[in-house]
Amino acid sequence: MSIQVENLTKAYGQQKAVDSISFSANNGRIMGFLGPNGAGKSTTMKILSCFIPQTSGKALVNGFDVLTNPVEAKRQVGYLPEHNPLYIEMYVKEYLNFIAELHQTPNKVQRIKEVIDLVGLGVEQNKKIAQLSKGYRQRVGIAQAILNDPPVLIMDEPTSGLDPNQLVDIRQLIRDLGKDKTIVFSTHIMQEVEAVCDDVVIINKGTLVENDSLQNIFSRHKSKSLEEIFIRLTSQNVVV
Amino acid sequence: MLSIFRKEVSSYFNSLVAYITVGIFLAVTGLFLWIFPDTSIFEYGFSSLETLFSIVPYLFMFLIPAITMRSLAEEKKEGTFETLATSPVTDWQIVAGKYLGSVVIVLLALIPTFIYYYTVYELGAVKGNVDTGAVIGSYIGLFLIGSSFSAIGIFASSITKNQIIAFALSVFLCFIAFAGFGAVSKILSFQSIEGTLAGLGIEEHYEAISRGVLDTRDLFYFLSFIAFFLVCTKTVLGGRTW
Repeated sequence: MSIQVENLTKAYGQQKAVDSISFSANNGRIMGFLGPNGAGKSTTMKILSCFIPQTSGKALVNGFDVLTNPVEAKRQVGYLPEHNPLYIEMYVKEYLNFIAELHQTPNKVQRIKEVIDLVGLGVEQNKKIAQLSKGYRQRVGIAQAILNDPPVLIMDEPTSGLDPNQLVDIRQLIRDLGKDKTIVFSTHIMQEVEAVCDDVVIINKGTLVENDSLQNIFSRHKSKSLEEIFIRLTSQNVVV
Repeated sequence: MLSIFRKEVSSYFNSLVAYITVGIFLAVTGLFLWIFPDTSIFEYGFSSLETLFSIVPYLFMFLIPAITMRSLAEEKKEGTFETLATSPVTDWQIVAGKYLGSVVIVLLALIPTFIYYYTVYELGAVKGNVDTGAVIGSYIGLFLIGSSFSAIGIFASSITKNQIIAFALSVFLCFIAFAGFGAVSKILSFQSIEGTLAGLGIEEHYEAISRGVLDTRDLFYFLSFIAFFLVCTKTVLGGRTW
C-alpha cells in the first residue's frame, strides 16, 4: 500500500480540521479525494506531503512515516499544492531546472524535456511563467510535481480554472500517470471523478463518510450519480 | 542547499535588487569618501579610510534589510514556500541557502571598495603610507557586520508575509544590535554593568577588530550572533509544525 493513513487527526486549537480518518491508496489506482469546502482535504494532503505534521495518528507514504522520516517520505511524493504556487519571475525551464536540482533528479536536462512534452508545454517552454495563462501555469505545476518521477502523486485541485479542452488533456494525463503510480487528487467536479477515478474517499467536516471503489459506491447507494451521493452524504441537514 | 543558494543569487541579479543595492552602496560611499567636503579624504588630509569604515555599518543597516526582506516573506506570501518545504530538503538547508545568498551580495558590495584602498595607498605623501593592518581588520569587521545583519534580515523576513514589515523590523534590530547597546550602557544607573552592556553590541567588537587585532573573542561573538538569528529563523519556519 503506497499511502496508508490511520486515525489521522489535525487540530487547530480546539477545532479539529481532520478528525481521526483512515484510508489507504494503492499503486496503479487513482483516488478521488472529495468533500465540501473546509472539509479537511487540503489539510490531509499537506500532512501527506510533509508540509505540516498531524496532531495524532499515522501517515505512511510508500512505507515512510511522514513524521519520523520526512526527507525520505518527501522523495516519494510529487505534490501540487492548492492554488499552484510558482516563481512567476522565472522562465519555465529555469524553474523546472531548479526543481530538478532540489530533488537531485538524475539526467535532469533529458528529464525536463520529457516532462515538458508530457504535459504539453512545448510551445510555451521558453516563456517566463508570468507570461503564461492559467491553464499553462497549471501544467507547469503538474510538470513540477511529476519531474522527479515519484511513485506517489498528490494533487490538490489540479483541474481548477481550466477550459474544457485543457480539462480533457489534463484528465488524460492523470489517467496515463495513474497506470504505474499512486495518485490522490481532490476536485469539486463529480464528472471528473466518474471519468478518472478508481477509488473514492469522501470526507465531511474532518470525518470520513465514504471510502470505497467507485463501482462499489454506485451499487451500494443504488444510484448512478456521484453528485447525488455526494450531496446526500455531505449536506448539512442529513444525518449520515 | 546549493540549488537554493544558486537560485537566490540569480534571483537577486534577475530582479535588479543586487545591481541597485550594490550600486547605491558604491555611490554613497564614493560621495562621502571623495566628494562631500565634510568627510572627504582630500579635505581631511590624512591617508586613512576611517570615513569609509565608520559610514558603511550605517549604510548596511538600510541596504541589507532591503536585500533580505523578500527572501522568506515573499515565499510565504506567494505560497512557493510550500513547494520548497515539500521537496526533499530540510529547513536548515532552506535557511542556509537563503542566508548565504544574501551574504554573497554583501561580499560583492564590499569588494569594489578595495579600489578606495588602492587609491589612498597610491596618493599617500609617502606612497603606501596607510595602516594596512587596520584596513584589513576593518574589512573583516565589515564583512562580519554584513553577515550579522544578513542573519537579522533573514530572521525578520521569516516572521512575516509582508516585506515592508520585514524591512522595518530588520532596520530596527540592526540598529539596536549595532549602536543600541553601547548607547544604553551610557545611562547613569547602568554604570555598574556598562562594560557588559556595551559588549553585547556589535559596535564594541567592530571597533576592536578595526584596530587590526583579530581577537578570537570578537570572532566568537560574531559567529554566535549569526548562529543565534539563524536558529531563530529555523525555529520560526518550523513553527508551522506546532
